[in-house]
Formats: sequence, structure tokens, C-alpha cells
Amino acid sequence: MSGSVVLLCVLAIGIVAFLLGRLRANALAGPKLSNLHSRPVYYGGFVAIWATLPALLLLAFWSITAPSVIQSSVRGSFPAEVLAAPQAEQNLEFGMITSIARGMKLLSPADAETLAGDAATVRTLLSAKGVPLAGDPKPYMLPAADELNRLTDRSNWLMTGAAVLAALGGLVYALRAIQPKLRARNRVERVVLGALLGASSIAILTTIGIVASMLGEATHFFSMVPAHEFFFGTVWDPRFAAAGSGGSEGQFGLIPLLAGTLYIGFVAMLFAVPIGLFSAIYMAEYASPRVRAFAKPLLEILAGIPTIVYGFFALTTVGPFLRDISAQISGLVTGDYANFIQAQSVITAGFVMGIMLIPYVSSLSDDIITAVPRALRDGSLGLGATRSETVKRVILPAALPGIVGALLMTASRAVGETMIVVLAAGVAARMQLNPFEPMTTVTVKIVNQLTGDLEFTSPQTLVAFALGITLFALTLCLNIYALYIVRKYREQYE
Amino acid sequence: MTDITSADPMVLTAAPPRREIGIKRRYAAERRFRLYGILAISFGVIFLLLLLWSVVSKGYTAFLQTEITVPVTFTEKVIDPQNTRATNPAVLMAANYPVLARDALAKELGVDPADRAALKEVNSMISASVRVQLRDIVVNDPSVIGKTVPVKVLAEGNVDAAYKGHIDLSVPESDRKISDRQLGWIQQLAAKGELASRFNTGLFVNGASSRPEAAGVGVALIGSFFMMLIVLALALPIGVAASIYLEEFAPKNRLTDLIEVNINNLAAVPSIVYGLLGLAVFINFAGLPRSASLVGGLVLTLMTLPTIIIATRAALKAVPPSIRAAALGLGASKMQTIFHHVLPLAMPGILTGTIIGLAHALGETAPLLLIGMVAFVADFPATPLQPSTALPVQIYMWANEAERAFVERTSGAIIILLLFLLAMNIGAVILRRRFERRW
Amino acid sequence: MNMLTETAVEKVLERKMTNSALKMSGTDVCVFYGEKQALHNVNLNIRENTVTALIGPSGCGKSTFLRTLNRMNDTIDSCRVTGKILLDTDDIYDPNIDVVELRARVGMVFQKPNPFPKSIYENIAYGPRIHGLARTRAEFDEIVESSLQRAGLWNEVKDRLQEPGTGLSGGQQQRLCIARAVAVSPEVILMDEPCSALDPIATAKVEELIHELRANFTIVIVTHSMQQAARVSQRTAMFHMGYLVEENDTDKMFTNPDDQRTQDYIMGRFG
Repeated sequence: MSGSVVLLCVLAIGIVAFLLGRLRANALAGPKLSNLHSRPVYYGGFVAIWATLPALLLLAFWSITAPSVIQSSVRGSFPAEVLAAPQAEQNLEFGMITSIARGMKLLSPADAETLAGDAATVRTLLSAKGVPLAGDPKPYMLPAADELNRLTDRSNWLMTGAAVLAALGGLVYALRAIQPKLRARNRVERVVLGALLGASSIAILTTIGIVASMLGEATHFFSMVPAHEFFFGTVWDPRFAAAGSGGSEGQFGLIPLLAGTLYIGFVAMLFAVPIGLFSAIYMAEYASPRVRAFAKPLLEILAGIPTIVYGFFALTTVGPFLRDISAQISGLVTGDYANFIQAQSVITAGFVMGIMLIPYVSSLSDDIITAVPRALRDGSLGLGATRSETVKRVILPAALPGIVGALLMTASRAVGETMIVVLAAGVAARMQLNPFEPMTTVTVKIVNQLTGDLEFTSPQTLVAFALGITLFALTLCLNIYALYIVRKYREQYE
Repeated sequence: MTDITSADPMVLTAAPPRREIGIKRRYAAERRFRLYGILAISFGVIFLLLLLWSVVSKGYTAFLQTEITVPVTFTEKVIDPQNTRATNPAVLMAANYPVLARDALAKELGVDPADRAALKEVNSMISASVRVQLRDIVVNDPSVIGKTVPVKVLAEGNVDAAYKGHIDLSVPESDRKISDRQLGWIQQLAAKGELASRFNTGLFVNGASSRPEAAGVGVALIGSFFMMLIVLALALPIGVAASIYLEEFAPKNRLTDLIEVNINNLAAVPSIVYGLLGLAVFINFAGLPRSASLVGGLVLTLMTLPTIIIATRAALKAVPPSIRAAALGLGASKMQTIFHHVLPLAMPGILTGTIIGLAHALGETAPLLLIGMVAFVADFPATPLQPSTALPVQIYMWANEAERAFVERTSGAIIILLLFLLAMNIGAVILRRRFERRW
Repeated sequence: MNMLTETAVEKVLERKMTNSALKMSGTDVCVFYGEKQALHNVNLNIRENTVTALIGPSGCGKSTFLRTLNRMNDTIDSCRVTGKILLDTDDIYDPNIDVVELRARVGMVFQKPNPFPKSIYENIAYGPRIHGLARTRAEFDEIVESSLQRAGLWNEVKDRLQEPGTGLSGGQQQRLCIARAVAVSPEVILMDEPCSALDPIATAKVEELIHELRANFTIVIVTHSMQQAARVSQRTAMFHMGYLVEENDTDKMFTNPDDQRTQDYIMGRFG
């Protein structure tokens, strides 16, 4: 019986439990509902929780622990020469056994008879059923697979039995516990509260998941490539090694990627900051309500457009346009119509990313500028300052910390942006300063290393996690610092 | 009321000489500053329009598809020369169907069947997808063999482009993807009404294909739909539950602070990091299948949660304390107060935030690339566990294709994506306008 | 300025008042916020080197009138002003009159002290700097010192001119704002309840300051407090429900007002 069927069983029992609980509560109450401490639904809920919660916990615990218990039991019966092999190899062997076991379940009894034959027929037989094997199975594997299937079956039956028993037991216990004085509502609410707390701790779990998973894979990587070569290496050349050749000979220097990331981010900010800031100032200080109501949503549309669309825009419109215009310019100046701007370049990616960031800069700064108290504005205007003098000399200095925070947040977006640079920045990991040449970024390389066939043992794949944790740490620092600044700023005016 | 006129005997005297305070210069600076603001906003708006125009002008033709109607004769000699189909049905699967279409079109155009060069050019006017199309006709109804049936076949990508006027005819014939003779045929067929543009339903229902004219976003739409369903089913309840806890119950302690800081930071984590998380945890650790929309949905759920939580908390905060006080004063428990009164009142705000979160998730590409949704999927997924792709990922894959016709498809797919986003955002705005309450 | 003895000040004022002309004069001033009319046909003269107090219950339009005098109402989108307000002989709502120039001549001090988040020095130097009233460092130093002297703040802050103005106490902040207004050398200073956020001791100091400033400036002050109006002003105007009810010498107003409503208000019947 599969896990989902058991789950449905338990839930069905839960529904029955709810109905029974409510029925019993009504019966106990007699003509006057106020005899009960809580309304009947809460008694129903109380019984349903008793019926389902322990059973579900049991199910979860069982399905997490059982496979590893079974695995260690099966592995315990490996032949001695296999047990002597290194851990990684044993893992591969066990992987094959699980494949065989999966295949054996698909076979008809007649086929299963012939399975006892030699290894090669097993392989052809299984691949005919859609279960390809990586190599010829060794003789000991067939009984092991059989054992694995047997144990899994037994475990499943036991689990089903235990879960259903637990559900029924909980139901009976809770039904007997129902009395008019029972504070069913309080108990149900306590469980709900627990569920709410559980939901909010998912945020923490996600963070732990991110850090743990990436740190885990990255440590793997650093065991193959020394950390200082990664963090201080100036050459990125991972050499896609063929599977199994175990090539850790590639060079994994972070510096060129980081340089590209920061350079493109810088160019993007160069476009986004003045435009975004001036838009925000205009909206906050000059625009009439009508202009504001019209222009603000228009700019916000820019924030709602998916980044893949920006990437496509850069790839098919901005890049070719810059390339052609540069060819024209050099033609006019030197007579030689050679383009000096590449279609994929720092300037293309930076410019388009800059457009994408305009709404972030403008809406964050707008919030911060409007948070400057009116009294300061009036004070300056009352002295005879013009609007622009007030903005430049009073409002911007007063809002400066907040704006710096906003810009840091925007910068972290620029650093983490992926699709625009994947399509518009190029893949060449180079260290150079010409903005018209392609460069590449951390995010581009994460995508490059992880699309296509994956092998979770090669440094070529695992380096993506090292890049990821670097990116995560970088954006996290920027954000925490930015949030800190912005919070300080808000406190100043509250 | 009576007006009081000041009974003052004194009079106003002329103003003292003006002080020079640089009015002219300062107003010039003022105008310049204002102009910068206007320029900045216009710049943003112009680029928005430019972007939309560039997508729409490239992509609107993707919604039309050129088709050629030809009377195809299902010759037995070509399909099943040995007449073995009764015993070996595989014959029907492997027959040389494109020849049928080619011959039919050649006959229609009056091309000499012996002119091999001309036949080749005729053949290259029909999409390669004709093989599957004719095969399906025959397999579904073998009695059609020997008969002549009019069939609408897709024109090849270059013919499609030429008919829509995308091909620059001033280029010398040898550098063009389409010959003068083929152009002549196109006109000939168009004049007879046998070649025409129709609404391109294939764009919406087909799966991946290496031929641009047969490629569609059907599989991607299903995949995106599954993912949105999963995000909605998981992120909304979890997000609301988490917000209720944080806003209404959480004690002021270290744990609460930690959760708050966490949520704020998660909202700013680059989306690609969620892809790495999904790859490491859901695929590598939990063993879920790659390319499955279930994994995509889970990753997008984690990514959307902070957005929904932040929106929901704002909505809960906006419900005035007097409502809470009223319910508590009647003897309702805190839980009852929240679920019976506060939550329903906050619902429009919560839903608005959820829709906006969903719209972001729908357009998100980067994390999906890492969990293997960059896949050539031609078959429709029946469950979220089967391989599929997503709308933005399909756009990414097409954007990387070299062929000119794929640019049109890509833009078409982007238009579809933007229309979905537009619809969602309009929905959110309507929701806000209709149900927004001012306390 | 504070070198002058009390009697000297009185003498100067005596002379000035006798041959003083009008500084400002409003004729049929009406103010609308959107559809709502906040002021109805106000006619009020403001004499040179005189403290004119505007009193009345809250919402009577006294602050609104004050703000029309240097067009601070312009910063509110829906606000519209009709009628005529003269400064000397210039109509300040004339399209040819520049609002920046006007505000350089008619300065303003607000209800809540609003020093800029800059140093004390920069707070004072701000006005002269934007108007180009000083060029060299020495000129700025002089303006800052004399303005702080006039505001009676010099001795308290002379050692910490570079510290932020927001670090001063409430009363000091308000005197800093007055010094800031004085530094521009306006002709008229408008004060919108300048003491309402201050404690009694700080209030006394500001009142003393107003008294001294009168020698050089024309002052219009909105106040909630009857006693304050009696202490600092020579002329008083009473507003009620958007109408100017009575305008008179302060002494007369507080002893023998012409209007029944003024009497009621001063006696504390409403307000």
C-alpha cells in the first residue's frame, strides 16, 4: 500500500472522528447547548485532531526512518569485498540495487523466473521495462534486490497497520474523553496556535535549508578544490570533464566572475540611480496629483515585467542596436565600419538592467523622501528657498541615509539578477575594463554549470554551490546593512 | 457677520530698494532641476513603451500561421508497398508521409515530377511536422488509404515569414532563405486561396518542436498552470498562518525577532539561490524527479512566501483595533476573533498581495533553469510529477534558438506571458478598488 | 541689539510708532480649501515695527491668514486665495511678484521647532547662503553670530556651533529657528504659535526675544494664549469662524473690546 493511500485512510478516519465527536457532544448537551463548555464543532475538532495528528506524526517518522533502516540492513549483507570498497562505490552499488528492485516489481512472474539467469539478460529485460541500468549487475545484487523489496513491503504493511491503529486509538480515546466540562475549544486552539507557529518557522527552515544545502555541497567542492584557489583565483576555466574522468584539473577562480558581476552592476546603477532618483524627486516634490497618478503606475509596470523579457529585449533589440550604431560611428570617424561595441557586452547588460532597476530606486526613494517631515520643507520654503534648493540642501541631506539604504537594496538586486546577464552579458570570464566587451557574472556561471547533465560528484557541478553561497553571503550582507540603515532612518523621524 | 474695515489712519509707503538675491539665476536652476525630473520620468516611460513596442511588433504575427490546403492522395504504394499493414501495424508508423504532401503540392503547382530540383524546393515549402500530421490521419483511420483528402498542412517557417513580409526581398536570391520560384508559388497558391494565414491555435496547444512553425507553448502553459496551482495551494495558507502568528500571537522575544529578520531577508535573496536550494534539497536529497512542475512549484512557493507574508501582515495591521476589541468584549476567544472578524476583513488585501506574488512567480525563470525545466518536452504532462516546462523557460529556450522564425515565436510567447500578468494585475487592482475599506 | 537698555528700546519704538506707516495690508482676503471657504473677506492692516497678535478659537482661520502673508499656502495644492494683500505697495499675489523674493522679505517661524538636521552654524547660514547674502567665510561668521546674538542664543551655543541643531532643547531649537529667520534680514517675521510646544521658561525667553526683535522687524504672531497676546503685542486681531471680528490696540482689546464675541472669548466663554 502506498503512502498516499494510507494518508487518505487517516484523513478519512479524521472526518469520521469529527462527525462522531460533534454527535457525541450534541448528545451530551441535551436540550441546552450551554451545558457544554465549547460549541460542538470544537469537540468534533478535538476528536479529529486526536485521530489524525498522532497517526500523521507516526507516518512521517516512519517514512523518514524506515528507508535508512532497510538500507543499512541490506548493506549489512553485502559480500565482504564490496564492504571493503570505499563509501562512494558502495553508494553506487546500492543505487543499482534499488534500480533492479524497482525493475523487478514491474516484471511478470514468468519474467521473474528467467531473471535468475545471468547478469546481461537481467539488464536487457529491465531496460525493456523502462528501467535502464548503468552497468551489468553483479550476482549478489539480485538476492539483495529481492531482500530490499521484501523488507520495503513488510515495512509498508507495518506502517499502514500502525497508522490506522494509531488513528483509531486516538479516536476512541478522545471520544471517551468528551465531557461537558472538557475545554475542547482551548485544546483545539492550542493545536491551531502550534500550527501557526509551525507555518511561520518555515521562513527559518528555508534559510537553514539554503545555508545548509549550499554549505554542504560547497564543502564537497572545497575538498576537491582548495578554497584559496577558488576565492583568489584569477582564471575561470572549469573544463567540462567527461563523466567519470574525475577531472578536477579545471581552474575555478572566482575573481573574474565577481569582477564582471560588480562591473555590470555598477553600470546598471549608473543608469538607474540618477534616473530613478530624479523620477522620485519629481514625483514627490513637483508632480501634480494627476501626473503622479499616471506616471507612477507606468514606472511600476517596469518592475512587473519579468526579467526574461528584459533579457530578450537586450538580446534582440538593445545589443544589435548598440553594435550597429558603434559600427556607424567608427565608420564616420575612421572610415572603417567595424563595430567597437559587441552585441553582448557589459554596457548592453548594464543598460538594460539599469532600466529594470529604475522602478526599484524610484519607489524606494519616493517612500523615503515623502517620509521627510513636512515641517522641514516648510521651514526651508518659509525662508525663501526655491523648491530645488529645498530638495538639494534640506530634503536630500536629511533623507541621505535612507536613500543610501535603498540604493544598497537595489545593488543587491543587481548582483543577484540572472536572466538579463545570461542573455546579454556573454559567457567569457575575462578581467578587463572595456565596457563594450562581454564579461560574465556569478549568476551566469551558476546557470551554465547546472544546466545539462549533472553529476553531483564533479567539481564542475559543485562549484555552482560555492558560487551560490558567495552570492547569498554578498546579497545578505548588503541587505542586512541596508535594512539596518533604513530602520535607523525611520526611527529618526518617528 | 459684519466686515470690519481697519480704521487705521496710516498709509502704505513704497517698498525699500530691492535686495539682489539672484532670483534669475536661481529660477534657471529651478527650471533645470525640474527638467531633469521630467526627463528622468520620460526616459523610464519611453523605454517601457520601446520595450513593449519591440516585443509586440516582433511578436504579433506569431498569432497568425500560414497554412497550405492541398488535396493529399494517400497512395498505398507509398504508405504500405507490401500490403503488410494487417500483420505489421508498425508499417503505418514508419511510412514516408512527407513525399505524399510534396507530390500533392507539386501537382497543385504543376511542377514536373521528374524535375528533382524543383521537387526539392516544393518539399522545403512544407513544414516537417507534416509527417506526424499525415501519420496520425492514417493511423486513426486506415481506410483513408487510396483516397484523396484535402489537408491543411503548415507552411515551412521561411514560407510563413515570406508570406508575412518578414523577408527582405532586396537581398540577392542566393543569400535568401527562399527562392524567387518559391515566391512565385506562394503568390500562385495565395491567389487560389489555398495558401492563407489563419489564427495560430498551434502556438497555444503544441509542445516543443525543433521546427518553429510547429512549436507552441502548450506544454509550458500546463507546466506553469500546475506550478501556480501548487504555489497557491501552499503559499497562501502557510503565508496567512505565518502572518497571523507573527502579527497577532507572537510574543516579543528572540525567536520572533529572528523570524522577522529572516522573512525580510528571504524577500531579498536572489531568485537563483532558491533554484540551488531546490536542486540540492528537493531533487538531490528528497529524490523528486527533475523537470517536474512539482519541484518548480515548491521552489516558487518558498520564493513567494515572504511576499505574501509581508502583504498579509500589512492587511492584518490595517484592521482597526476597535474590531478586535468589540469581538473580545463579547467573549470571543482571541482565535475566534481573528478567524471570524479580522481575517475576513483583511482578505481583500491578502488576496491582492497573493495575486501580485503569483504574478512574480509566473514570470520567474532563473530558479527553474536549475531544476531542469530547460527540457525539450513535446508531450503534455498529466501530473505535476511528469517532465514539463514553464512559460518563461520556454521563452528562454526559444530566445537561444538561432532561427529567425523563433524570434517571432519568442515574442509571441512573451506577449502571452505579459497578457497573463496584465490580467492578474488588473484583477488585483479591481479587488483593491472594490473591497478596499478606509477606516 | 541686546546692548540696548530697556528704556532705549522703548524710546526707539516710541519714535518709530508715531511716524510708522503700514507694513502690510489685506483687503477682502478670502481663502478656499477646495470647496470649503476658510476665510471670509478679511480686511486687516499690519503696522511697521509693531507686534500684531492674531487670536481666536481653534479653526478660526488665524493661522490660515498668517500663511497667506508669505504665500505658504501655495504649498497646499487645493488652496486658493482671493482679495488683495499688499506688502508696502506691492500686491504679493500679483503674478509679477516672485514668491521666493517675497519669502525672503516675509520670514516665518513655525509652531513646532523645525531645525534642519544640520549643524547649528549651517542652520543659520542656510538662508544667507541660498540668497547669496554673504560670500566669504568671515561674512557668514558675522551673520551667524549676530543672528544668534539677536535671538539671545549666542552665549548658549557659541562653543558648539558645529553640533547638530536637532540636539538642542525645544526652547533653544525654537530660538534657533527664529535666529534662522532673522539671518535672512526679512522685513516681516510671521510666527505661527511659536511657543505652543515649549515649556513656560522657554516661552518667557521667546517672548522676551519677540519684544526685542520689534525694534527692527514687523512681527505678526498667532497665539492661543490670551496672556501671551497681552504681553507681547501692541495690536490684536480677533478671528472667529473665518471672519475677522475685531482689530484694535491690544490694551483696548483686553480691557474694553468693541465686540461682544471678543469679550466672550477673552472672558473664556468659548475657545
